[in-house]
Amino acid sequence: MKGGAHAAERHDSALRHVTGGAAYIDDLPEPPGTLHAALILSPIAHGRIAMLDLGAARTAPGVVAVLGPHDIPGRNDVAAIGKDEPLFAEGRVYFAGQPLAMVLADTLDRARAAAALARIEIVAEPAILSIDAALAAETWVQAPARLARGDAPAALARAPHRLTGEFRCGGQEHFYLEGQIAFALPGEDGDMLVHSSTQHPTEVQHICARLLGCDFNRITATVRRLGGGFGGKESNASWVAGAAALGAGHTGRPVKLRLPREIDMVATGKRHGFLYRYEVGFDDEGRVLALDAMLAADAGWSLDLTPGVVTRALTHIDNAYFIPHLRAVGYACRTNLQSNTAFRGFGGPQGVLVMEDAIDRMAAHLGRNADALRALNFYARGRDTTPYGQPVTENHLPRVWAEARQLGEVERRRAEIAAFNATSPILKRGLGVFPLKFGISFNSPHMNQAGALVHVYTDGSIRLAHGGTEMGQGLFVKVAQVVAEVFQVDLDRIRPAATSTADVPNTSPTAASTGSDLNGGAAFEAARELKRRMTAYAAEHFGAAEADVVFADNQVRIAAPGSNQVLSFGELAQLCWLGRVSLSATGYYRTPGIHWDPATMQGRPFFYYSFGASVAEVAIDTLTGENRVLRADLVQDCGRSLNPAIDLGQIEGAFVQGQGWLTCEELWWDDRGRLRTVGPSTYKIPGSRDVPPVLNVRLLENAPAEVATVFRSKAVGEPPLMLATAVWTALRDAIAACRQAPGPIRLDAPATPERVLAAVRARQAKS
Amino acid sequence: MSISVSMTVNGKAVSGKVEARTLLVQFLRENLSMTGTHVGCDTSQCGACVVHVDGQSVKSCTMLAVQAEGAKVMTIEGLAPSADKLHPMQEAFRDNHALQCGFCTPGMVMSAVDMVKRHNYQLDEATVRRELEGNLCRCTGYHNIVKAILAAAPAMKAAGV
Ligand code: FES
Ligand code: FES
Repeated sequence: MKGGAHAAERHDSALRHVTGGAAYIDDLPEPPGTLHAALILSPIAHGRIAMLDLGAARTAPGVVAVLGPHDIPGRNDVAAIGKDEPLFAEGRVYFAGQPLAMVLADTLDRARAAAALARIEIVAEPAILSIDAALAAETWVQAPARLARGDAPAALARAPHRLTGEFRCGGQEHFYLEGQIAFALPGEDGDMLVHSSTQHPTEVQHICARLLGCDFNRITATVRRLGGGFGGKESNASWVAGAAALGAGHTGRPVKLRLPREIDMVATGKRHGFLYRYEVGFDDEGRVLALDAMLAADAGWSLDLTPGVVTRALTHIDNAYFIPHLRAVGYACRTNLQSNTAFRGFGGPQGVLVMEDAIDRMAAHLGRNADALRALNFYARGRDTTPYGQPVTENHLPRVWAEARQLGEVERRRAEIAAFNATSPILKRGLGVFPLKFGISFNSPHMNQAGALVHVYTDGSIRLAHGGTEMGQGLFVKVAQVVAEVFQVDLDRIRPAATSTADVPNTSPTAASTGSDLNGGAAFEAARELKRRMTAYAAEHFGAAEADVVFADNQVRIAAPGSNQVLSFGELAQLCWLGRVSLSATGYYRTPGIHWDPATMQGRPFFYYSFGASVAEVAIDTLTGENRVLRADLVQDCGRSLNPAIDLGQIEGAFVQGQGWLTCEELWWDDRGRLRTVGPSTYKIPGSRDVPPVLNVRLLENAPAEVATVFRSKAVGEPPLMLATAVWTALRDAIAACRQAPGPIRLDAPATPERVLAAVRARQAKS
Repeated sequence: MSISVSMTVNGKAVSGKVEARTLLVQFLRENLSMTGTHVGCDTSQCGACVVHVDGQSVKSCTMLAVQAEGAKVMTIEGLAPSADKLHPMQEAFRDNHALQCGFCTPGMVMSAVDMVKRHNYQLDEATVRRELEGNLCRCTGYHNIVKAILAAAPAMKAAGV
């Protein structure tokens, strides 16, 4: 049998991708009468809509309809978890880029041309355009969230050493190569089929129904594949799909809404930028005694998914380190900017930065090695409960740390770099090492459930549907491998179906790294149920015990004494059908043992932890601030990997994405709150020459998950993004090398050449 | 105003009516329904739309359909020598896991084929990385893409393509 669990199989669509045969939504045939949609956006960050004159747009050539808030038959609300986040602004606008209306025309060109004819008058009002302004005005999208253990102020007062720190990290544009797109096709009697490039088909279904004012059962949301998601196609995709469905409902014709890159970047939310202030107390050895921190996230104009992001940031502020006394407050700042949303790591990447900054400052203060201080503060026996009350079990920190340091030849290279820096006045090199502990599960327990639907046909071929979406991460092949393993049939006997709310209802988004844990778990249950039925029937039919029915190598053997019966899997399926056995089953999975109290921020939110460690080396030019990552060495715990080839690809890609966030990807708004980085010409994602030329990646070996995940595998989507934190640490190390004496370095992210240069200058100026 | 345009696409003579402003990528995707060529940025930076025009790689969102009048265009759909045989570059991308979401893949493969030929089948890693600058990938981190191209170069030479 070929392609069961743990095999390094190719991506399920690899062949179609290299031949151009894989269809994305924009590639689907357009039925006659299809309309194309274009959005009209607010040019102003905050103000009252005095006039929106759509007359010229309405009468423009090819235009069939122009729709605004008053054309919504249901509720003008596309909020994912909150309320009152309108699809089209009513009365007021809250960010530059907010949709006001939508033009539907017979061609895309005509729709976009007509959209440009809208006459908009907005009376501008003072806008809050930064975290600092929001903190000063105390404008939040939700009340501040607090995570505390012990008595941080008292412990700080007692601590032999105390340091304060402040720094920032920027947001991040998802830059999925396939932009936001939805294609809505009206059916009979109010039915609607919505093709949506979404990570969350169920939310698309709900939001389309909310806008149209119909039951959920009228809407089928479906997607075969996304051209990248990264969190940007959770809540963002829902409103895009909702707009397309609104257009289709209004006109009775198919409607496609594809956002051009510029509109996509202006209108959709991104990763949250953060401002951090903290005070850390520690002993002479460098052991952390207390941390008092405030994290302020730029939520943008609406709630969106910010509560979860802030919660994950707070629950990852400890990262790999035991902090006996902690007080951490998370502010969700309401600004007049894009509504920030999910992005791979979901607050985790922002959370883990705090202790890295703190430990480097502590090391500089004590004149000690920062890596040693990191290891000293790891969770360990007796120091193994997180501030939110979950014990850190299966602690692989010492292992990943040692293996990454060995892989990265840290000791040798530190010496080499020191020697280089001693004789190189202009170019400086630096090394950073980073340990990671990341919690796996949605922070909200109820979201940790999934469904699957498996059919076995009478030729032995299998159709597999589940609630997870394929966005390049290889979920479809991994889940198919799970089913192949259960039935012991070749992987190519299993056909993954497009994700659809018609096959599997009430699903969670494919997010939080949980895709294969949850959907693999559900598919496993469905397949096991079918195997049980087939086994029972075979036993009955052949007069054997169930234990003697063995599935192996695409066959089923009846291993009873005196019997040498062997059937192909397909023959048994046919036999079961003749025997009137149902060959279709649903599977359902819910993560066991998790609970969470959002009010006290205590509980066991995570099914397990994923561990990793990384080493990165950088070089900076102290005259220009230009910087490069020269090499990275990564070790990531994937449990017993379901598919090592896929997992390695996830680690490499995530690392580079994290590197982009921390170095070259800078979002820039002008003083009126208009995003000016609206395409790849001004917003720089890593290119082929930006990634480290030497990139060594290892999966942690012999580390099956301790908890009962599907075949003891672990999640991989998000954790390795944070391994790029080593790049940020390495940059600070290189900047530190600009002077002999130790001293603290402040380096805000993204560490653009401008910021690196400023940090170098500050370092050189210090006496 | 519409203009007639004819060209050869993947060995077949095709023609159609376009506007003067119609881009080659629109002609391919909309007039010919050949959707293997993707649009990732609309602004000539991402490389998802790369095709070959008279043997050279071109971002098809940067060229007007009428500029390709009389030209020989090859898209990702025409690269494989036959329905059951892949081009060595396609094979290498598939075997080296040089794709995730796949949206960049057609453009990457077309750029890569041109790159290998221009360098006479002899490229080192640094060259591949430099040559790939016009193609963005948000998923893979490029590592496996570079590997695939380096693996395909000798295979292309051996296959004489
Ligand atoms: S679509 Fe042509 S370069 Fe991006
Ligand atoms: S594989 Fe997704 S953009 Fe390259």
